[in-house]
Amino acid sequence: MTDRSVVDERLAEVLRDERGRLTGALVRILGDWDAAEELVQDAAMAAIGHWPKDGIPENPGAWLMTTARRKGVDRLRRQARYRERMEQLTREATQMSARVPTDGAMGADDRLPLLFTCCHPALNREAQIALTLRTIGGLETPAVARAFLVPEATIAQRLVRAKRKIRDAAIPYRVPDASELPGRLQEVLRVLYLIFNEGYLASTGDASERRDLARDAEWLTSLVLRLMPDEAEVIGLLALMRLHLARSDARFGADGSLVLMPDQDRALWDHSAIAEATQLLARAERMNRPGSFQLQAAIVAVHAASPSWTATDWAAIVELYDALQRLEPTPVVALNRALAIAERDGPVVALAEVEPLADRLAGYHLFHAARAELLRRVGRPGDARAADERALDLTANPAERRLLAARIAQAGSGRSEGPT
Amino acid sequence: MKYMMLIAGSEEAWDTLGPDESQQMMERIGGWWGEHSAAGRIIEGHQLQGVATATTVRRNGDGEATVTDGPFMEGKEVVGGYGILDVPDLDAAIAIASSWPGPDVLEIRPTVERD
Repeated sequence: MTDRSVVDERLAEVLRDERGRLTGALVRILGDWDAAEELVQDAAMAAIGHWPKDGIPENPGAWLMTTARRKGVDRLRRQARYRERMEQLTREATQMSARVPTDGAMGADDRLPLLFTCCHPALNREAQIALTLRTIGGLETPAVARAFLVPEATIAQRLVRAKRKIRDAAIPYRVPDASELPGRLQEVLRVLYLIFNEGYLASTGDASERRDLARDAEWLTSLVLRLMPDEAEVIGLLALMRLHLARSDARFGADGSLVLMPDQDRALWDHSAIAEATQLLARAERMNRPGSFQLQAAIVAVHAASPSWTATDWAAIVELYDALQRLEPTPVVALNRALAIAERDGPVVALAEVEPLADRLAGYHLFHAARAELLRRVGRPGDARAADERALDLTANPAERRLLAARIAQAGSGRSEGPT
Repeated sequence: MKYMMLIAGSEEAWDTLGPDESQQMMERIGGWWGEHSAAGRIIEGHQLQGVATATTVRRNGDGEATVTDGPFMEGKEVVGGYGILDVPDLDAAIAIASSWPGPDVLEIRPTVERD
């Protein structure tokens, strides 16, 4: 007999790691996403029944695969028209179970095509995120819902709709061809970075669970790197996430308030993690295929290497932003570049760069917050206060709201704005 | 899988093309269409006459029909043609739509197949 709670814990762990792989293998064979998920669920239920009596199998992932396969065969037997698929399932299952335990070393991994399906551009962004977390990340639906602060029913509905579209519109389950790969991989990486930021920027009451999302995204990105070791941008994104995570202990004060980078206690940064991430980034740079995630990571790396805010190499940062702007000419990049210029050339020059962005960034709270800071520094406290108030109206993030409210309250006493 | 590819464009955008450019564009579209038809990827389709020729028939719940001049949706983009694609999956349909030569917007939708 094995203790029930031990079984539950181990099963949750195994499912977390293996759900994507199990589902991927079954989707590939059955071509039916819902059926694949149900079989994985059935196998998990069987584990709850058997493991306490028989003990936890030596290779739980393989056990689940074998069980899911058996249940799949039973199910298909009842539906004669799936005969061909059933044969494939029987044939391949043996190889699959053999493959489950090893990691990384295998040639093909069923999670990779599944991930490209989850992040298919024909699905909307919210569906891509929910599907990726649920299917590849192994999160249960309620956990996805809590992380995004939306009702469970909403997430469930999103998942149902997305899977229905995958089935009805015949979104394929494959890794894109070389010609489409750069664009499609970019889409996958964007989804992973959005998940990361959702967690990294979280600061509400139940923040700890949401911050786990950042770790989940980092884990997913490291998985993508294992599966596609030669993609410079994958390495760039992973380095970027790790550089952010290395500084996370310094981002919140004892009272939970947000501490901006100029005020962070750099002794709290994880310097060995920073060194590792910087080395990782150097590996990407040697591949000589620059991309926006590598550039963003390089910017954070410059900050991370600096002993203080004032000692930061602003010229290097502005140069990196120039390169980023050439790749991604968006107003948000232009805004961040202007903030680096403020440190290099002063607030007057920076303000001239910021003002033309007003139309395009009117709804972006950080535009108003950054502008407020520059206005304060050039001695226009009234305009600064108005801009801070606009920023406050536009954000729902409690930590940011506290910070802005405090700034408005003590209007006039300058404190520099910076990335967090 | 069969998909309907709905081709919508702005007549203004087409009008700004000079007569020569317009002619060249039509030739490119003709070549493009011929190639996909010959390969069996487009199984039928038509260019439609201008939106000025459109008539909308609206039926209410009682089965009464009202006939009005114009397309059923007034907008900058109007449907100018359609093709029925027969391809393995959505990626193949997207690849075809993405290579359409004209300055247009294309919507791809799977058709309902009843066995």
